Amino acid sequence: MDYKRRNMIKIGTVISLMASTGLISFAQANEWNKAAFDGKSLDDVLKALGSASAEKSASITLNAPDIAENGAVVPVGISTTLPASQLAIIVEKNPNVLAAQFTILEGAQAFVTTRVKMSQSSNVYALVKVDGKWFVTSKEIKVTLGGCGG
Amino acid sequence: MADPMRVRAVESGGVVDVKILMKHDMETGQRKDASGKVIAAWHIANIVAKINNKEVFKGEFGTAVSKDPFLNFKFKGGAKGEEVVITWVDNKGDTRTDKAIIA
Repeated sequence: MDYKRRNMIKIGTVISLMASTGLISFAQANEWNKAAFDGKSLDDVLKALGSASAEKSASITLNAPDIAENGAVVPVGISTTLPASQLAIIVEKNPNVLAAQFTILEGAQAFVTTRVKMSQSSNVYALVKVDGKWFVTSKEIKVTLGGCGG
Repeated sequence: MADPMRVRAVESGGVVDVKILMKHDMETGQRKDASGKVIAAWHIANIVAKINNKEVFKGEFGTAVSKDPFLNFKFKGGAKGEEVVITWVDNKGDTRTDKAIIA
């Protein structure tokens, strides 16, 4: 019992030390959804985002090229006519599949474009959250040159 | 200190189109240096856009967002001459805030 408590104190000290030296940034301590970004598959990410599954929807448009020559810079855009509150981009074969997620606040439109890295040819999923439910659409993007060189 | 980002906000038909180009290495944590050691992940984690001190758009980036990230979003309710304020924070706690006047 006492031994466990000692350990807890030690761990606590280490964590506060890490925080003070900047190893854990305030971004991580705050809003960054680490569980979702650590996810290794679409299902992992959905679970971390609080949903068991996502329904396919034709109302989501995923703007991305069919073939990306350079996997380090693949333009990906999501737009939807659904009243979305959250958007997410997932690259199925990346080491960590979730690339980015966005929160649509009052005034903003359900539209986003960014650029992501892709390690290899893979399905890309556009996720859209409406009223607590996730909808998804996907597209396969072929990559000629991978973006995660070792 | 982080390098400045380029922000452009253009109003058209009541919708403001915001384009942001951030300057950041976005290190994935997958790469190795010459001696075989893994280079630690270093990426922008959070980005927030505000208009009139009100948040309109928020993003969370993982390591898979490209180097020097580009972001484009749109919102309603901004007028020409108003200021859009963009702030990002990376996973090492570095931060940068830049502004643009809506044109």
